[in-house]
Amino acid sequence: MRLKLVPQETNWNFFGKPRLTLGLSVVLIVLAAVSFLLQGLNYGIDFRGGTTIRTESAQPVDVGAYRDAISPLNLGDVAISEVFDPGFDEDQNVTMIRIQAQEGQESVSAEVIAEVENALKQVAPDITFISVESVGPKVSGELIKTAVIAVLLAIGAVLVYIWLRFEWQFALGAVAALVHDVILTIGVFSELQIKFDLAIIAALLTIVGYSLNDTVVVFDRVRENLRKYKKKDLKEVLNISINETLSRTVMTSVTTLLALISLFVLGGDVIRGFVFAMIWGVIVGTYSSVFVAAIILYWLGVKRDWSKPDANTGNQFANVDA
Amino acid sequence: MLQIELWKRVLILGLCALGLLLALPNAFYTRVETYNDALAAQATGASGPEIEAQTELWPDFMPRALVNLGLDLRGGAHLLAEVQVEDVYEARMTSMWPEVRDLLREERETVGTIRLQPSASDELRVRVSRPELVGEAAALVRGLARPVTSVTGAGSNDIEVSTDGDEVVVTLSEAERRATDDRTVRQALEIIRRRIDEVGTREPTIQRQGSDRILIQVPGIGSASELKQIIGTTAQLTFHPVVRRTSNEDATAGSGNEILPSIDEEGTFYVVESAPVVSGEELVDAQPSFDQNNRPAVSFRFNPTGARKFGDYTAENIGSPFAIVLDGEVISAPVIQSHIPGGSGIITGRFSVEESTNLAVLLRAGALPAGLEFLEERTIGPELGADSIEAGKIASIVAFAAVLVFMFLSYGTFGVFANIALILNVGLIFGLLSLIGATLTLPGIAGIVLTIGMAVDANVLVFERIREELKTARGPARAIELGYEKALSAILDANITTFITAVILFAMGSGPVRGFAITLGLGILTSVFTAIFVTRLMIVMWFERRRPKTIEV
Repeated sequence: MRLKLVPQETNWNFFGKPRLTLGLSVVLIVLAAVSFLLQGLNYGIDFRGGTTIRTESAQPVDVGAYRDAISPLNLGDVAISEVFDPGFDEDQNVTMIRIQAQEGQESVSAEVIAEVENALKQVAPDITFISVESVGPKVSGELIKTAVIAVLLAIGAVLVYIWLRFEWQFALGAVAALVHDVILTIGVFSELQIKFDLAIIAALLTIVGYSLNDTVVVFDRVRENLRKYKKKDLKEVLNISINETLSRTVMTSVTTLLALISLFVLGGDVIRGFVFAMIWGVIVGTYSSVFVAAIILYWLGVKRDWSKPDANTGNQFANVDA
Repeated sequence: MLQIELWKRVLILGLCALGLLLALPNAFYTRVETYNDALAAQATGASGPEIEAQTELWPDFMPRALVNLGLDLRGGAHLLAEVQVEDVYEARMTSMWPEVRDLLREERETVGTIRLQPSASDELRVRVSRPELVGEAAALVRGLARPVTSVTGAGSNDIEVSTDGDEVVVTLSEAERRATDDRTVRQALEIIRRRIDEVGTREPTIQRQGSDRILIQVPGIGSASELKQIIGTTAQLTFHPVVRRTSNEDATAGSGNEILPSIDEEGTFYVVESAPVVSGEELVDAQPSFDQNNRPAVSFRFNPTGARKFGDYTAENIGSPFAIVLDGEVISAPVIQSHIPGGSGIITGRFSVEESTNLAVLLRAGALPAGLEFLEERTIGPELGADSIEAGKIASIVAFAAVLVFMFLSYGTFGVFANIALILNVGLIFGLLSLIGATLTLPGIAGIVLTIGMAVDANVLVFERIREELKTARGPARAIELGYEKALSAILDANITTFITAVILFAMGSGPVRGFAITLGLGILTSVFTAIFVTRLMIVMWFERRRPKTIEV
């Protein structure tokens, strides 16, 4: 007996409640945008410059005492947070201290870091400094730029590839799904104020790749079925295609999620944000390839008869062919 | 019907075996690492029973390339330095002045007297007392121009001379600036490499980034500030004629001169000529030594050009002091006692033995041609790296087990095939990583875990397709064949799009992100390979042996 997440034969109507599914996406996108505009992202030092110090001590951490020790140094905005992880030993008390970029300096000077370290040693004598990272505002500005370019470039390259392999309507559908995923991921990071750093950009690009992976598989089947069922209307063909690939979509998402969840729980706190972005991305990516990409494709309409280039069937957008 | 030719079978199995063989050293990481270190030590001439024993740790015929561990896994320091290329323009202009002065002085009859004007640091302004002849003066100065020695700048001259009222303005040409920038950065890179090599750490990464940046990563070093100390400051050694000694910091130096503080006598300043007689670039050797009073000192030797300049200058200026300047501070200002012909000398100062040794190292490695500004500094403790590796290992194993069990439950026998392919897949990733000498970072581990999840995708696509085909096709063999055939376009399209993003990540990303892109990209290659060829081969071989009438996928 096989484990089956999806019944062998499904005939679900994925276009039955477009107002509900698309509405959900629209609401979430609006929420993401509002959150992004109101509170913005919690940028890590990669993107806004400054210094982070990771400390470890056997004594319980008193964040207030740490703050009192550092504040006389007048370093501007200093954020101190304690880090928890199931992987830590009992006497392993970890904090992250973030110091803003100092006026007129590229990276925080060694003296400033030494001062901070000395001040903290007064509070917790056994404290050790596990990592100290400092990024100057010049580099962080460039990192933001390259990150944005990388994401746009990835989306652009994919748009072109799908356009070449399929039709432009497919490309638009896939990219709509992609943008949907990227926006929702950024939205979650803004809403939950999880640290947004360079690694998250890597996660975003992987989400781009994953979401596409999913979408392309569905589209591949749509292309095949469009040739197979020449008489059926587009909505029906799309529905058949999604149903036929549903088992695979779910299987792959589940195996990927299994791997990611184990990394999320056991992989340590350093990459937890990164893994969280991926988990979220896999979930919305799966959702969007079924509900967003296909609906956009349905709206745009596609060329039906692949043997004759210009014969379009009745659809209001059918003449808008590239 | 379900056939794979023999040569293809051999090729597929051979590739798998090769990949696993390449991956094998990583399973004995510390052992192979010790072995490699011992070999490296032998290559530099070291020997001894201990090294002999260490070279026995690993058989010679086996591959010995390991996956490099990134800084975030091993601990160490990372610096991104920007070379202040403009520093060199200034030095160039300052050294132009004596040349221009001597030239125009000889032509005093025609252009009148000249005077150096204060100017921006990257230009030289000379006022001519007869403004109507400024054009002639400029033409004379233009005669000093030399062709630029670089590929892109061929055909242009190194300086541009223009006139501004009664002043002749000399600047470096655009082509010369570019050529100088390039030379400066390459020189800086080389010097940094030499200094780090003197300390002898394992596998430092010293790379040029963009036009004027240098990335320095040294595993195993205590902190970024320690690394900065090794790279040192500029250690620019120059010898200047001393105009006078003063205790007034704000004294007027006069044109062409500057005021420099003394390094060990507080409140003492020297007015020196800005253009040096000789500079540290002309040094060929520097060694720690002792002076006649047995105090630590540094002895040095110039190359022939430097020796000639130094010899001529000392011969002409017996009795006057000259200043030995290190990075803008006067180490000492001895009075020239006699002509020094041989081009060697000794620097005395209030050094400790350690300081004289350090100074000798810095001088020997050569001065950095320009200052460095550090844009990024990261120190990662080895404990954090070890924790991350540990956590990554556990997470990978759990992820692996979960996916294996899940695949078996879903696809039975076929799931087992996919699982074997998956294990092989991870082996192949490590083999490829070792082969290309890639660096494994923490996000890289995440990339591998993600690949574990996604690698089964291609197999899932095929298996699902076979399930579908079983409903309509004639017999299981045909269904398997159709399954592979029809799933291929989806597999390729889906993986090519993901691969595109991995390539972009690699091209645009840096450090850890790049590590992620590498494992993701390699993971896609190996997973497509294992799905299309390896599992297929396994299924075919299984099918040939069992000849099942019906199959359940």
